[in-house]
Amino acid sequence: MSISYSSVTKKIWMSLMGFFLMTFLIVHLSINLLLVISPTTDLFNEASHFMGTNPFIQAFQWILFAGFIVHIIIGVVLQIENWMARPKGYRVKAGSEDSFFSKYMIHTGVIIFIFLIIHFVNFFLVAKGVIGEIPETMVDGKPMDDMGSVVIALFQLPYYMVGYLVALLILGFHLDHGFQSAFQSLGLNHPTYTPFIKGFGHFFAVIIAAAFMIIPLFIYFSK
Amino acid sequence: MDLKLKIWRQPSAHADGKFVDYQVTKISKDASFLEMLDILNEELVNKGEDPVAFDHDCREGICGMCSLFINGRPHGPDNAVTTCQLHMRKFKDGETVTIEPWRAKPFPVLKDLMVDRSAFDEIIQAGGFVSIATGGVPDANSIPIRKQNADLAMDAAACIGCGACVAACKNASAMLFVSAKVSQLALLPQGKVEAKERVQKMVAKMDELGFGNCTNTYACEAECPKEISVTNIARMNREFLVAKLS
Repeated sequence: MSISYSSVTKKIWMSLMGFFLMTFLIVHLSINLLLVISPTTDLFNEASHFMGTNPFIQAFQWILFAGFIVHIIIGVVLQIENWMARPKGYRVKAGSEDSFFSKYMIHTGVIIFIFLIIHFVNFFLVAKGVIGEIPETMVDGKPMDDMGSVVIALFQLPYYMVGYLVALLILGFHLDHGFQSAFQSLGLNHPTYTPFIKGFGHFFAVIIAAAFMIIPLFIYFSK
Repeated sequence: MDLKLKIWRQPSAHADGKFVDYQVTKISKDASFLEMLDILNEELVNKGEDPVAFDHDCREGICGMCSLFINGRPHGPDNAVTTCQLHMRKFKDGETVTIEPWRAKPFPVLKDLMVDRSAFDEIIQAGGFVSIATGGVPDANSIPIRKQNADLAMDAAACIGCGACVAACKNASAMLFVSAKVSQLALLPQGKVEAKERVQKMVAKMDELGFGNCTNTYACEAECPKEISVTNIARMNREFLVAKLS
């Protein structure tokens, strides 16, 4: 399928899906941060309940899965083509580049993918009732799944918390290159705005990774 | 100055190659890199050995024939110069210099350090030209062209097609070369007419030849002897997207 698409088309899809997944990260992060800003898990449980039951979100999650799949498949295809383009490498490796993490997109990508599967098993499938049991709680008199307690229980395991921190750090590396690269692939380059986009890309990567990392640290040391 | 050279020697396109060590002595620091290789070759010929094959022509940095991957960098340790314009004063006395050919599937090694870069010609043949009738030579300034576009087209046209971008790219991608050739025409009125077909045909040919994809690492821009900007790649992506959608 993908072979028939040109290299530029594949990169355009890669960047569109990248942007899409970045917006997902922002939404996901906003909900997670409810665990930090609120003294109880009620707000988080309400948000989880909304995400788990709202019909629009339920339909949209399939588009999100598709986004992940397209981004992953095209990414792997691009990488295989890239390896094939240089069957014999150099003895003295080239070191010139402007975007350091661009060289490790497949490596960081694979780690994020593994993290995603673990994350999916530990949270998504639990929330859907496929795996394990979720305790019930009452929020404003309504019975709800207590996803907050599931999160807190996992983040109190030191190895889980450290693994999560490492995965999110790697996600930050992936975003550091991905943000500005997505603009370039879409042809959005401008003498005035591109330096800002590059700078903002670093900022975005740091903020997203750091904000996600605060949550397990907060839970581990405060609950 | 004295240097230890590690040079890729490969008798022919299908033969196996290997690195061979050579020693050159009393090289002037004002000699060019190619002159240093000329001196080595003279010694080899005098000894009855096969001289090292490498591409070169004008030796003025404008023809795009010289190549060489020197100590991990296309065209060596200096910035914005071709190998023929690289001087030995950029190296230290006693230094070991590793010289490799461009490495990319579409650039097969012909002999030693010479590679076949006709893949670039094929990309140009796919659409890197203007085929509409543009009439006789118009009066100067009779076709209005924005100064900015004239400058950008001129900058893109500075590409000499040496292939350093492909050599430097971790994916052996030809995006900088192709985008420079797409840009120099797309920015000018005569080239605009066929811009949509051109970008699609040239990208298709580039892919077909087996060049890698662009990861936006920008090593190409860093190593280009003519300092072609990666903004050309963005322009080509834009041209391609518009061509596909309209």
